[in-house]
Amino acid sequence: MASVVLSEAEKVYILHGVQDDLRTDGRGCEDYRVIEVETDVVSNTTGSARVKIGHTDVLVGVKAEMGTPKLDRPGEGYVEFFVDCSANATPEFEGRGGEELGTEISNMLYKIFDNQSSVDLESLCILPREHCWVLYIDVLLLECGGNLFDTITICIKAALFNTRIPKVNVLEDDEGAKEIELSDDPYDCMRLNVEGVPCIVTLNKIGHRHVVDATLQEEACSLASVLVAVNMKGTLTCMRKMGKGSLDPESIFEMIGTGKRVAKSLHVSLQSVLNQEESMGKKRQKIGFLR
Amino acid sequence: MAMDIRLPVARKRLSEAVTTENSFHLVAPGDTVTTDITFMRGHGTYMEDDKLLASVAGVVQRVNKLVCVQALKTRYNGEVGDIVVGRITEVQQKRWKVDTNARLDSVLLLSSVNLPGGELRRRSAEDELAMRSYLQEGDLISAEVQQVFADGALSLHTRSLKYGKLGQGVLVQVSPSLIKRRKTHFHNLLCGASIILGNNGFIWLYTTPQEAEDEAGGFVTNLEPVSLSDREVISRLKNCILALAAQKMLLYDTSVLYCYEASLTHKIKDLLKTEVIENIVMETRQRLLELEA
Repeated sequence: MASVVLSEAEKVYILHGVQDDLRTDGRGCEDYRVIEVETDVVSNTTGSARVKIGHTDVLVGVKAEMGTPKLDRPGEGYVEFFVDCSANATPEFEGRGGEELGTEISNMLYKIFDNQSSVDLESLCILPREHCWVLYIDVLLLECGGNLFDTITICIKAALFNTRIPKVNVLEDDEGAKEIELSDDPYDCMRLNVEGVPCIVTLNKIGHRHVVDATLQEEACSLASVLVAVNMKGTLTCMRKMGKGSLDPESIFEMIGTGKRVAKSLHVSLQSVLNQEESMGKKRQKIGFLR
Repeated sequence: MAMDIRLPVARKRLSEAVTTENSFHLVAPGDTVTTDITFMRGHGTYMEDDKLLASVAGVVQRVNKLVCVQALKTRYNGEVGDIVVGRITEVQQKRWKVDTNARLDSVLLLSSVNLPGGELRRRSAEDELAMRSYLQEGDLISAEVQQVFADGALSLHTRSLKYGKLGQGVLVQVSPSLIKRRKTHFHNLLCGASIILGNNGFIWLYTTPQEAEDEAGGFVTNLEPVSLSDREVISRLKNCILALAAQKMLLYDTSVLYCYEASLTHKIKDLLKTEVIENIVMETRQRLLELEA
């Protein structure tokens, strides 16, 4: 991942700042930077979103395609992830440099999202054992400024909220042969229920305390971090520890507690922004990439 | 806990009334700077079909017959005598490599630093072996450009007590073209912190040192905790500098101090929001205009 080198004294300065609950940009330990969300940014996708947190910039596109259900889950559709680390983000990603990080992230996303409780996969099924919708979720990292995982999951949730899958009707003729018919009306579409979609909150342990939404500099000071995926109801759905440092159980519970609390307000504000954007409809001025 | 999720807003254009310096000649790459062939071709321009075209986006500058385009966003092009802040990237034989945001890494020779024990000390083989104990990878230094090599790489020196290794503080990186060239780039600001405005766009913010440096040659850093009030000043200054840079304002002691004073009515973390940034920078701009008038 993109990383920065810091001198010993800079690290000490950041560490003491975290202990005083005043980070170098003036935030407290549980404050996020300003998050900018825009949906429907790529016109040839089923749903798309772009999220910016500080210098972290992520674009997600969702494409729905017809496929056959997996053998072990005949009555459900499924999701596929692909994470592309653009060399625009950091020169380290040039060539095959970003592949490892990309696979790591997509494996993690697969664990979190590919189950019935996170995404309503049953609604993606058209004909059990024969046809279902496959959601190809493509993540593009445009800029890395710390806190990658949170940004990606927020963006995925926004993109899934924006996803509109065309309605299909299954017709059966006299001999029992089934035929799939796509609705002629482009506005006749199905929307996904995103209430169960979790967001990751990364908690970086710095000194004796932990911070959310760490910048690259703060990530360089942190030896261990805990990633918690929490849904709207505050249920923890997935957890992972990253970094080479060790954590004692007490602080892990503390971090989980903070993660749940932060994630709840994250979900609430995200939902209200998405609703606000939708209520503006076509009047909304699209910002996109050239502002 | 603060959570601010919002929709992006388009960048506002400043009204002409605010920018008095609308005499600036701005160009984009490929724009014709001049068709007069008597002009000399400078940096950031190229000739095509007897026309002088811009190769970068920026401001046209004329010195007699020489026409240059100074890019708004650029790598650092060093000049002798510039003050820079840089980060050590490599320790080599008799030299350190320093990242100064230039196209090539700069070099800091062992013979151009002040070692503990006086200026006229001979550099022995032991000093060469102990180089990493003076400056190691990741350390920040302030230095002066001593020489520019033919390929554009810089040679630095720290042969003065005001230069050397930097201790606790915050590094802010902006575009080098936003740093205004002044007589001095070291300032003890009235608000209680000190600032080094490196010509290369690296800005170092730190607490004003209490007493004169000891004889350790400046290679020993103080790792005592910085007081909360000093931290607040530094954090606020950092956000102010980033605000000014976001609005493409020139950075020098007065503009930074005015922006700091304009920001005092807001909380430090609110200075990350675009509407607050626009507000305080507008206020700063007006005060600077009043100062000029």
